[in-house]
Amino acid sequence: MGIAALVPVWTVKNLKTVLHTQDGVVHAVNGISFELSEGELLAVVGESGSGKSVTMMSLLQLLPTPPAEIISGSVYFEGKNLLELSTADIRHFRGAKIGFIFQDPMTSLNPVFSVGFQIMEPLREHLGMSKKQARQRAVELLELVGIPSAGDRLNDFPHQFSGGMRQRVVIAIALSCDPKVLIADEPTTALDVTVQAQILELVRDLRQKLGMTIIWITHDLGVAAGIADRVMVMYGGFAVEHADVKEIFKNPRHPYTSALLETLPGHESEGAERLRSIDGQPPDLVIKPVSCPFAPRCAYAQDICRRENPKLTSIENSDADIHEIACWVDIESGSLRK
Amino acid sequence: MTAVPSQFTGDTLVKVKNLQMHFPIYKGIFRRKIGAVKAVDGLTFDIKRGETLGLVGESGCGKSTCGRALLRLYEITGGQITFEGRDIADLSGEELRNIRPRMQMIFQDPQASLNPRMTVGSIISEPLDEHQIASGEEKQARVRELLESVGMNPDFANRYPHEFSGGQRQRIGIARALALEPDFIVCDEPIAALDVSIQAQVVNLLQDLQKKLGLTYLFISHDLGMIRHIADRVAVMYLGKIVELAPVNELFTNPQHPYTKALFSAVPVPDPEIESKRERVILEGDVPSPANPPKGCRFCTRCPVAIEKCFDSEPEWRELGGSKNGDNSHQIACHLAD
Repeated sequence: MGIAALVPVWTVKNLKTVLHTQDGVVHAVNGISFELSEGELLAVVGESGSGKSVTMMSLLQLLPTPPAEIISGSVYFEGKNLLELSTADIRHFRGAKIGFIFQDPMTSLNPVFSVGFQIMEPLREHLGMSKKQARQRAVELLELVGIPSAGDRLNDFPHQFSGGMRQRVVIAIALSCDPKVLIADEPTTALDVTVQAQILELVRDLRQKLGMTIIWITHDLGVAAGIADRVMVMYGGFAVEHADVKEIFKNPRHPYTSALLETLPGHESEGAERLRSIDGQPPDLVIKPVSCPFAPRCAYAQDICRRENPKLTSIENSDADIHEIACWVDIESGSLRK
Repeated sequence: MTAVPSQFTGDTLVKVKNLQMHFPIYKGIFRRKIGAVKAVDGLTFDIKRGETLGLVGESGCGKSTCGRALLRLYEITGGQITFEGRDIADLSGEELRNIRPRMQMIFQDPQASLNPRMTVGSIISEPLDEHQIASGEEKQARVRELLESVGMNPDFANRYPHEFSGGQRQRIGIARALALEPDFIVCDEPIAALDVSIQAQVVNLLQDLQKKLGLTYLFISHDLGMIRHIADRVAVMYLGKIVELAPVNELFTNPQHPYTKALFSAVPVPDPEIESKRERVILEGDVPSPANPPKGCRFCTRCPVAIEKCFDSEPEWRELGGSKNGDNSHQIACHLAD
C-alpha cells in the first residue's frame, strides 16, 4: 500500500463508450485514462449517471453490444489489449485473473444453484480442479470471507443467506481464482451500515493478506476516504479530478469535488443552518459533450468553460504524488490556469 | 385550517404509547396463522409541535412501519396514538378521513410514488379534489402556488412525472404532501434515492418549508449525517424497538446504548485522516428475524458487552439520569447504561 511499483499492472487509455438508445446516442464515457500499480486501491467516485459503472463494465467487455459501443481506447493488462480480445479469449480473464463484484448480491447470484456450485464453477473452469479439490477450496474461501460453519453451508441456496452473507459469497467467488485485479462496483451500497463496516473491514484484511490491486466504485465519499489510496472523481462521463486520497479530501481543486464535499452535512460552518447545495441538474448525456460538463452548475465558470473541454492535467505546486484536474480555472485565485 | 404557530412551541403534537404492529404469517393449505412478524413492538415516544424527530435504524428494523402506523395506514395491533390530544388508534371510516388532511407523507422513491399517467397538476390537486377543498380556477391557482413553494416553475403543471429528474420529482411529492396544509408530515427516507448533490437541495427545501409553515416532521432515514443536520431529537430503532432517544447533540456526543455506539462507528467519515485513526466497533453477525426475536434484550445476540441478564430479561424503557444537558430527556432501553 502506498508504495507504488513503477510498472503499472493495468493501463486504461482514452476509453470512450456510447450507448445507442431510442432517444439518441448517450455519451456515457468520454475519454477515461488511468493506471494502476500493483497492490493499489483506486476509488472511482461519482453520482449516478456519471459513467463509473459503464467505464468498469467496458473494461471487460461486459456491456451488451448493441446498445453499447466502445468507440475508442485501450485497456492493457499483461501485455494484451482487453478490448481487442474475442469473446472466447476474454473469458480466460474474466473471473480468473480479474475478479468482479457487482452491486446487488441478490441479482448477481443465480437463485437456482447452490452457493457451493457457484463458487466451484470458476475453480473448475479456469483452474481445472476436480470436484473434490474445488469443494475443499470453496470451503476455504467461505472461511476466508468469514462465513461461519462454511462446510455445512455449501449446499445452501442464495436465498438462505442474509444480504451481508450473500455479498460475502460474491466476494468469495470473485477471489476464487486468486485474481490479480479486483473490480468492485458499489459492493456495499445495497447493505446496511453495520454490515458495510464488516465488509470494509474484510476487504482491508484481505488486501493485507493477498495484496490485490483493486478498483472500487462508490458514490459514498466516506467509503472512499476509508479504503482508497487514490481517488478519481467522475462527472458526466469525464474524470474531473484524480489525486491521492488525503490530498483530494484536504485540498480539492476541481469546483465539482470541492462543492460535493461541501454539500455533506457536518462540513458547513458552526451555526449555519442550511446545507450548501449545488444548484441545477446533472448533464444530459445525449448532448455531445463539447464543453466542460460541469460548467452550467459551476460557480467559477468562464467563457472558455462553455466552449471547450478541459483536459485532465497535473496541477502545479502540489505536494501530492498525483493531483490532476480537468478544469480551466484555478479555484484558489479564480483566474484561468496556465 | 389556520396557520400553525411558526415557532417551536413545545406542546406535544403526536403521542405514541406502546405502539405495536404485527404482521401475521400464514402457512399451509388452510392458511393457518403460525406466527407474526413483530415489525414494531412497543414504541413509546412523543413528537412536539414544530420539531423534527429523526428516526434511524437499519433496513428491516421497523422504522417505515412505524411511520405508516402513525398515519394509520395500517390497522395497528395495539397501543395508543394521540394526535393533538385525540386518540386516533381506533378511528375508522369518516372520522379517520377527516383527520387525514392534517397528516401527510413524503415517500422514499419519487419514481414509484407518482402516477406516471397523471400530469403533475392532477397529482398535486388530487388531495384537493378528494377532500373537496378547491375546484376550478381556485384549484389551478393553488397548484401553481404549491409548485412555486417547492421551487418549481408553475408552468410545469401540465407535464408528466417522467419529464423530471429525481430531485424535481421529489419536489412534486413534497408539493402534494403540502396541498392540504398539514401539521405533521412523515418523511420516509425522502432523500435516499437521490444523488448527493441533489440531497442537499431537498433537505434545504424541507427545512425552509418547516420554518415557513410551522410543520412537524418525523424524518425517517438511515443517513446519520443528514439526521444530525436536520433533526432536533433522534430515536434509534433496532428490531422493532426504540433503543435510545435523545436530543440530537446529546445523542451524537454521548451515545449510551451499545447499538447506537456501533451504528455511529460504522458510518464512514469523508476524511481519510480520521478514517485511518478511528477505533471501530464491528458488530458480529446479522440482525435476527423479527418473526422470532431473541428473548431478553433484542440486541443481545450481537452486543459486544452483553451480560447474563441481557439474555433473560428485556430492559425497560427508562430515562437516563445525569445526561450532559442536565435534563432527563435522554431515554434508553439497556440494562448496562447508567
